[in-house]
Amino acid sequence: MKILVVDDEADVQPLFLQRFRREIREHEFEFDFALSGEDALNYLHDKHSEVVLILSDINMPGMSGLELLSRIRHEYDEPPPMVMMITAYGDEENHRQAMERGANDFLTKPLDFSLLKEKLKTLSI
Amino acid sequence: MDFFYFLAAFLIIRRLNKSLKFSILYPKWRTMLSTATWMIIVGYFAAFALEDIYQDLVGSAILFGLVYYGAKEQDFAAQRSYLVNNIPLAIAGVINFLFGLLFAGFYDKYEQYFGWGTLIAFAWIFGKWATSKKQEEELRISTERRAELESLVQERTIELQKQKDELQETLQELKTTQAQLIQSEKMASLGELTAGIAHEIQNPLNFVNNFSEVTAELIEEMEEELNKGDKEEAIAIAADIKQNLEKIMHHGKRADGIVKGMLQHSRASSNIKEPTDINKLADEYLRLAYHGLRAKDKSFNAELITHFTEGLPQANLVPQDVGRVLLNLFNNAFYAVKEKQKSADTEFKPAVEVTTLAKGKSLEIIVKDNGTGIPDDIKEKILQPFFTTKPTGEGTGLGLSLSYDIVVKAHSGKIDVKSKPGEGSEFKISLPI
Ligand SMILES: Nc1ncnc2c1ncn2[C@@H]1O[C@H](COP(=O)(O)OP(=O)(O)OP(=O)(O)O)[C@@H](O)[C@H]1O
Ligand SMILES: [Mg+2]
Repeated sequence: MKILVVDDEADVQPLFLQRFRREIREHEFEFDFALSGEDALNYLHDKHSEVVLILSDINMPGMSGLELLSRIRHEYDEPPPMVMMITAYGDEENHRQAMERGANDFLTKPLDFSLLKEKLKTLSI
Repeated sequence: MDFFYFLAAFLIIRRLNKSLKFSILYPKWRTMLSTATWMIIVGYFAAFALEDIYQDLVGSAILFGLVYYGAKEQDFAAQRSYLVNNIPLAIAGVINFLFGLLFAGFYDKYEQYFGWGTLIAFAWIFGKWATSKKQEEELRISTERRAELESLVQERTIELQKQKDELQETLQELKTTQAQLIQSEKMASLGELTAGIAHEIQNPLNFVNNFSEVTAELIEEMEEELNKGDKEEAIAIAADIKQNLEKIMHHGKRADGIVKGMLQHSRASSNIKEPTDINKLADEYLRLAYHGLRAKDKSFNAELITHFTEGLPQANLVPQDVGRVLLNLFNNAFYAVKEKQKSADTEFKPAVEVTTLAKGKSLEIIVKDNGTGIPDDIKEKILQPFFTTKPTGEGTGLGLSLSYDIVVKAHSGKIDVKSKPGEGSEFKISLPI
């Protein structure tokens, strides 16, 4: 299962790779990364069929996560990829907006990786 | 005609008497003056025994004597001019006598004219006295007036002094208020910053948390691998652990730097110039400004473009002060693009661009936006204190004027403004290296 992680902070990359070390080794998951909404759209342009899940931060300079979500929902509906939004703790407004725009699920920062793993397991079954 | 001399002498005594009557000198002179009166009266009658012209002589001699004596005496100084008025009469007496003695025929023939002369000299005393009295009166009035004027001037001077003191006080108050205003402006901008700061600190802290957690996990895994005897994998994990610890340190420092920056911003300026990396300074404040704004308005988004020239020399500046300048420029730029977004079509992409570069002996920081721009008619006013086009309550209008003070006055730098209404603005700060 291929997962695209969108976050402007480059350090989330080693974090994910280490957290999912085993899963990656056992080819349960495969991760790709984008540093901005624009990056993510470019990536999807080529590989949207491979990607099953998009995990995106909301607060990014330039194109925000919400905008990315709208664009994804607008441009890719066959099959519609799963989109999980990462919101800052207690950010109700963004949560509501992401919901409206069709996010499948939410995670709050700081990321709880065990929770994320559980969510992913239910998805992959 | 001798009567007039005695009368004049008599009147002199009376004058002196009158002038002293209410002074402390009176007891000293009283007996002397009354004696003199009696002597004059006695002298007058005694003189009847003499021939006419000798009467004149005696009369004028008494008169001269009195005038001479009186004029010399300090106690009668105030009457001196009156005394002097008697001299013509005394002289007339002497002339009468001389003519009577030497040219008796002539004198007898024209005695009538001599009599007139004496009379005129007598009248002169009072005529002169009256005019001098008038002059004295005028003098008195003018002195009084002068005194009045002087006291008026004095009054005015005191009033002016008071006004000056009051103004000085007001000025002092204004200065204190200004200092407070500057401080509260700083605090207000800090308030705006807190959201940005929270976001900026939250991110590194998340990393610190996440990386420590994953590292704990990795250590467990490493133990497992070692137990299994997979040394290679254990070494690979150790490398990750090492990298993670570095990341933890990096993000810890990042949070630390942000907190320090915030403290520095809120603190009253130390005014100490220190070598500063303007790229770092600009980046830090750009993020703070952006996240601060985003915290207030979630829907707002702008492209942040940075052209930081690498390897710039450090500039000697007061970091928190120049930081405030940048913060204000960024805030203004974000505000301008946000305003533009309200009226522009959806194609409009708000963008704020920061450029740093070295030019000659200066470093330049350029903050450019594609916002509303500044209409020509207000371009000259924007640096003035309290000039703002923001709705009441949103801006103090102090931002640019404080920036001007900091850049131009405190750092001998320059602020240049370029703007095209409707298209955007560019603020260039030049700071000497
Ligand atoms: N980048 C810009 N684009 C358009 N107008 C600007 C820009 N920067 C400043 N101005 C104009 O200059 C005025 C004065 O700016 P200044 O920073 O001194 O005060 P302010 O931003 O209005 O208030 P404060 O800084 O206290 O929030 C602004 O109100 C605005 O009209
Ligand atoms: Mg301002």
